[in-house]
Amino acid sequence: MKHTISVIVENKPGVLHRVSGLFSRRGFNIESLAVGTTENPNISRMTIVVEGDEIVLEQITKQLYKLIDTLKIFDLPEQKLIERELALIKVHANDKTRQEITQIVDIFKAKIVDVAEDSLTIEISAEKDKVDNVQKLLEKFGIQELVRTGKIALQRGGI
Amino acid sequence: MELSGAQALIESLKKEGVEYIFGYPGGKVLGIYDVLYHEKAIKHILTRHEQGAAHAADGYARVTGKVGVILATSGPGATNLTTGIANAYMDSTPIVAFTGQVSTDQIGRDSFQEADVTGITQPITKHNYLVKQAEDIPRVVKEAFHIASTGRPGPVVVDIAVDAMKKKINFKYPDKVSLPGYKPTTKGHPRQIKAAAKMIGLAKKPVIYAGGGVVLSGASKELKEFAEKLRIPVTTTMMGLGAFPEDNDLALHMLGMHGTAYANYAVQESDLLICVGARFDDRVTGHLPTFAPKAKHIHIDIDPAEIGKNVRIDVPIVGDAKQTLKDLLEKVKPEKDKHNAWLKQIEEWKKKYPLKYKDDHELRPQYIVELIDELTEGKAVICTEVGQNQMWAAQFYTYNEPRMWVSSGGLGTMGYGFPASIGAQFGAPDKMVFDIAGDGSIQMNIQELTTAVNHKLPIKIVVLNNNYLGMVRQWQELLFERRYASTDLHNNPDLVKVAEAFGAAAFRVTKKSEAKKVLQQAMKIKDRPVLVDCRIVEEENVFPFVPPGQAINEMLID
Ligand SMILES: Cc1ncc(C[n+]2csc(CCOP(=O)(O)OP(=O)(O)O)c2C)c(N)n1
Ligand SMILES: [Mg+2]
Repeated sequence: MKHTISVIVENKPGVLHRVSGLFSRRGFNIESLAVGTTENPNISRMTIVVEGDEIVLEQITKQLYKLIDTLKIFDLPEQKLIERELALIKVHANDKTRQEITQIVDIFKAKIVDVAEDSLTIEISAEKDKVDNVQKLLEKFGIQELVRTGKIALQRGGI
Repeated sequence: MELSGAQALIESLKKEGVEYIFGYPGGKVLGIYDVLYHEKAIKHILTRHEQGAAHAADGYARVTGKVGVILATSGPGATNLTTGIANAYMDSTPIVAFTGQVSTDQIGRDSFQEADVTGITQPITKHNYLVKQAEDIPRVVKEAFHIASTGRPGPVVVDIAVDAMKKKINFKYPDKVSLPGYKPTTKGHPRQIKAAAKMIGLAKKPVIYAGGGVVLSGASKELKEFAEKLRIPVTTTMMGLGAFPEDNDLALHMLGMHGTAYANYAVQESDLLICVGARFDDRVTGHLPTFAPKAKHIHIDIDPAEIGKNVRIDVPIVGDAKQTLKDLLEKVKPEKDKHNAWLKQIEEWKKKYPLKYKDDHELRPQYIVELIDELTEGKAVICTEVGQNQMWAAQFYTYNEPRMWVSSGGLGTMGYGFPASIGAQFGAPDKMVFDIAGDGSIQMNIQELTTAVNHKLPIKIVVLNNNYLGMVRQWQELLFERRYASTDLHNNPDLVKVAEAFGAAAFRVTKKSEAKKVLQQAMKIKDRPVLVDCRIVEEENVFPFVPPGQAINEMLID
C-alpha cells in the first residue's frame, strides 16, 4: 500500500541526506520525495510517498523520529489529501497538431508556457493520475523533454 | 571571556566534566593540541591508532557510565575512527568524537586529508555536526554530550573546520539545550503499565529477558527487586551480562546462539516474555518465526523504534528501564507460589543441562575463565575480544554486577577488547581489568600495548590461544565439513616475545596444572600490562550452539 507522509524537519544542512540515507539503509522504498521550505524559513516539509504495510510504515515513522532534526511526521489520510505533482512537458508540434494539443491542454486545465516553431511546452499541476494521463495523451506527438516533481501534499481543513 | 575556537572547545569539555580524551594528533587538530599542552584538568591519552582511541573511549564509557571523548585529525584520522564509532552505535555507548576538518574555504575541493566525515559517519552515529563557525562550538558541545548520554545513548561526531578553531569568540557555555526534535520519553504510559501488570498477573510461565538497556539505565536494582518480588526467572543477553546477578537462583544466564540450554528452553516454553532494554537481535532469537512461540510479549524500551521492529509486541512500553520497572513494581500484585511449578521445571533443566566442558588434564579455555572468576572473586572488569574467547568469557565468569562486562556485541569487532580495557582501566583504576582475548583478535590492536605500558596500566591480557580464528574454524568444522580455509594461525608470532618487546610482562601456560600459579603471578603485577599466552586445546568448540537459521531450542549441546 502507498502512504503519503509529511515530514517536518529543521532546515539544516545535511538533513535531506539523513532522511534519504535512512530509507536506503533500512530498505524502505521511496516512491517520490519533494522538499521545500514552509511558512517558517527554519523549517522544511518533505512529502514522501512510501510503499509498505502498516508495520513498515510504523517503522519508517519511528526511525524518522529518531533523527534529531525531525520535528513532526504526519501520515496523510488518503481521503483528506490535497496532492499535486507538477510536470513540464515539451512536446513536438507543427501546424497540424498544434490545435489538438491545445485542446488537450484545455481539457486538463494545463497551461502552455512556451511556444516555439516546432514545439510547445506544457505545464500541468494536478494529482498524479491526471499528470500521468496528460503525459500519455501527449506521447503520440513526440515528447522532446519532460520533467516531473515528486508529489507535494497537505491535509484538507483546519489543523 | 575571549577565547579561540580551540580554547572554547576545551573549556566546554571542562564544563562537561571530561577527565580524559583518547586521541591522536594531526595537522587539522594542532590548535586543539596546543591548548591541551597547557591544560591540567583534562588528560590526553595518546593511543597508537585512532581505532584504539575510539575503543578506549568506549570502554571508559561502559565502565563509568560517563561520556567517552575522542579526538582525531581530519581524513585518515577520522576514517580510522569509523569502526569504533560503528561499534559504539551498535551497542549504544555514549561517546563524542571530535575530528578536525579542512578549513571552510577548502571543503569540497578534495583538499589534502579531506574526508566527508559527517557523510561517512551519518549512518553510524546518533547525530553528527559539521562546525564551520567558532561561535557554534559551545552550543554544539553541549548538544553533543546531551544527545550522546540521554535517551538511548550513542555516538556523536563533531567535525570542526580548522578555521573555526582559530577564530576568537566571546565564550559563554550554554546551560540549556534547545533541541525541539529530540525529546526522549522516559516515563512509560500509565495505561500500558497497567496492562503489563495485568498480563503479568495472568502469566503462569513468565520469563524476563533483560538486555544492555538495563545496564545503561542503571536499572539493575529495580530489575532484581521486580524479579524477586514476583519470582520470575531472568535471562540476559550478552550485552545484559551483569544486569542481573548470576549467582541468584532466578538467573538463567545468557540466552541465544551460545546461551544456556535452560535459558533457551525457558524462553521457548514461556507464556509471557518480559523484554527489558533488549532488541530481539538475531543472535538471541535464532529463526525469528520460531522464537518464544507460546509467549505474549511485553517490551520495555526507551527507543520506540525497537518496539515491534523484529517481533510483534502485545504490550509496548516506551520508557526508561529504571523508571518503568519502578512504576511497574507499584502496580503488580505478587501471588505467593504462583510460579512454583514453572520454577521447578526450570530447576530440572538447570540440573539436566548445565554449562559444561570436558574436565580432564588438558588446558581448556573454560577452565581458565573459571580460574579467573575464582581468583578475582568475580570482582574484575572483564573485557573480551570477539570469537570463542568472548563466548567462553560470557559463559564461565559469574557477572553479578553491571558494568563489569565490556564486549563488542552488535558489531562483533575483533580488536575491540584490548583498547577497551585501556579505557576501562582509566575509568576504574581500583579494579582489576582483564582482556580475555583470542590469538587472532589480539593482533588487531596489539600496538596499544605501548599505550598501556606508557601509562603503567596493569591490564591482564589472557590469550586463549588456539592457533586458529577459532569461532570461524568452529563454523567450518560444523557447517563446512572441516574445510579450514584461511583460519589456521599456526604461524602466529611468539606473543610472549611480542609483549616483552613492548615492555609488558608476559607468561606462557601450556599445562592445566600450571595455570593457576601463573595467573596468580600475573595478578601480582601492578606496574605494567601482562600478557598470559595460554596454549589451549586447539579445536575446542563453544557449546551450546544454535546453528544459524534454527530455533533456539534446537541447539547442539556438545
Ligand atoms: C574485525 C573483524 N574481522 C573479522 C571478524 C570475523 N570473525 C569473528 S570471530 C573470528 C575469529 C577470531 O579469532 P580469535 O581472535 O583467535 O578468537 P577465537 O575464536 O579463536 O577465540 C573472526 C575472524 C570479526 N568478528 N571482526
Ligand atoms: Mg583463536
